[in-house]
Amino acid sequence: MSMTLEHVNCIYSADTNHSVHALKDICLTINDGEFIGLIGHTGCGKSTLVQHLNGLIRPTDGLITYNGQDIYGKGFNRKELRGHVGLVFQYPEHQLFENDVFSDVCFGPINLGLDRKEVELRAYEALHAVGFPDEDFESSPFEISGGQKRRVAIAGVLAMKPDILILDEPTAGLDPKGREDILELISRLHRENSMTIILVSHSMDDVAGYAERLIVMDHGSIAYDDKPQEVFKNVRELEAMGLALPEVTYIMRTLKRNGYDVDDTLTTIDEAVDAIVSLYKSRHS
Amino acid sequence: MIREITIGQYYDEESVIHRLDPRVKLVATLIYIISIFVVNNIPGYAFVVVFLGICIALSHVPFKFIVKGLKPVMIILFITIAFNMLLTPGEILWKFWILKISREGLKAGATMALRLTLLITGSSLMTLTTTPNNLTDGMERLLRPLTRIRVPVHEIAMMMSIALRFIPILLEETDIIMKAQMARGADFESGNIFRRAKALVPLLVPLFVSAFRRANDLAMAMEARCYRGGEGRTKMKPLKYNGRDYAAYAIVWLFLAGCIVLRIVL
Ligand SMILES: Nc1ncnc2c1ncn2[C@@H]1O[C@H](COP(=O)(O)OP(=O)(O)OP(=O)(O)O)[C@@H](O)[C@H]1O
Ligand SMILES: [Mg+2]
Repeated sequence: MSMTLEHVNCIYSADTNHSVHALKDICLTINDGEFIGLIGHTGCGKSTLVQHLNGLIRPTDGLITYNGQDIYGKGFNRKELRGHVGLVFQYPEHQLFENDVFSDVCFGPINLGLDRKEVELRAYEALHAVGFPDEDFESSPFEISGGQKRRVAIAGVLAMKPDILILDEPTAGLDPKGREDILELISRLHRENSMTIILVSHSMDDVAGYAERLIVMDHGSIAYDDKPQEVFKNVRELEAMGLALPEVTYIMRTLKRNGYDVDDTLTTIDEAVDAIVSLYKSRHS
Repeated sequence: MIREITIGQYYDEESVIHRLDPRVKLVATLIYIISIFVVNNIPGYAFVVVFLGICIALSHVPFKFIVKGLKPVMIILFITIAFNMLLTPGEILWKFWILKISREGLKAGATMALRLTLLITGSSLMTLTTTPNNLTDGMERLLRPLTRIRVPVHEIAMMMSIALRFIPILLEETDIIMKAQMARGADFESGNIFRRAKALVPLLVPLFVSAFRRANDLAMAMEARCYRGGEGRTKMKPLKYNGRDYAAYAIVWLFLAGCIVLRIVL
């Protein structure tokens, strides 16, 4: 159950003087059960890339396969593919349309052709998974808060029970608590249901703590594809691409520069706290 | 997908046509439209086609791009041709059941199709080479005399420029919402007409919601900057005629004269 991209190119508005070469010769394999962080500056082609993965954009050139089958091959059912590869769009709350939250979440499973009971069960589970309160199931999706809308929209895709879940900047515009909640939810889906996750983001802080593999894009090409710790060693290159390391990594680097013996490649707050505490203890004991 | 629609879009390029004053382009388009209905014989049409061809070449807009803009109106074109062919009485060329095609009908259909194509191509050349802001500025200036008889010219121009500005935004939005619903398994392409109409609900509801939200935001932003209509309002870049604008005026009038001559003489 893996996905591969071979020499995928995407050119928008091809025959005009404002054509954009949004993806340049992308080669990529997405294995089962991975948690991938996809990161890059604004306009580098992250959204374009993820929309190729479930067949929403047809590559100008190149091959995309799902479980070894060409997704544009004869007889391949792309509608079914979209049930296996769930994509939560950037600002997904703009796609809500039903009278109440619950029906909106039912939309995806209904399109999969499931029977009523299964549809409702899935919608219920999905809303529960995102932590949406039961008593608000009947409220209009236009009247709940922005953060709640985001949860409903994510539930709308979760209810389709995808094998691969792609989230395009799911934390954009949320407060720290909302971000934490959503990231925690994604990480739980990965741990407990061993779902393959692709998390698109601008912010290293968001992905650093969760992703096992980091793909960095720059102007339509893949610049790095490695473990986060390895990627973060290229500080100067990342900064030249308009990206930054996680905040804690900067702190650790400053500490190291000032003569403290710490690991300066740490990327999460918990690791950093442990390192600093153990350093403190070793000095004062 | 839907972003392929190019009608009413601006195509950014450097060219003589792009640099012309919008008033010239508006008047020229009007004259051009009149001339399409003036000519009535093959040399006449050839003259118009050549004139349009030269304008397109001068504008540096790729011919392919213009043809792409014609696609959405193809259906209307075909319907017009079909009706003209089938319903015009005259010498019968071909008959099948109750369908009859007459020589006159064939001619009328062909003429109509040619005229419509020329009309649409010509007027889209104007929108392709003029930014929406320039276009409405030109319109406002040309219609200014009407303010004397209390026509709210500035307001009309403002509404037009907002509407034009919103076309690409709403198209982009439609594209995104459509894809987002397709990601949830929506199907906009198959099924009979009723199913397809029903399939549009998940697209139209969010689209309307967002259009109203945008309209609301825009109104708020205008009020925050104390917008209060056209009275006493000055322009940042007032329109000014140049040498090439007068030359362009002369050329289009000559063109119209040419069309009239071709009609009378031949
Ligand atoms: N439908 C489209 N038509 C034309 N150009 C497009 C279209 N969609 C995206 N682009 C262009 O392709 C490039 C990549 O866009 P994309 O949305 O994939 O970037 P992104 O990495 O997701 O950016 P962001 O972080 O801002 O979401 C951009 O230069 C954008 O302007
Ligand atoms: Mg994006």
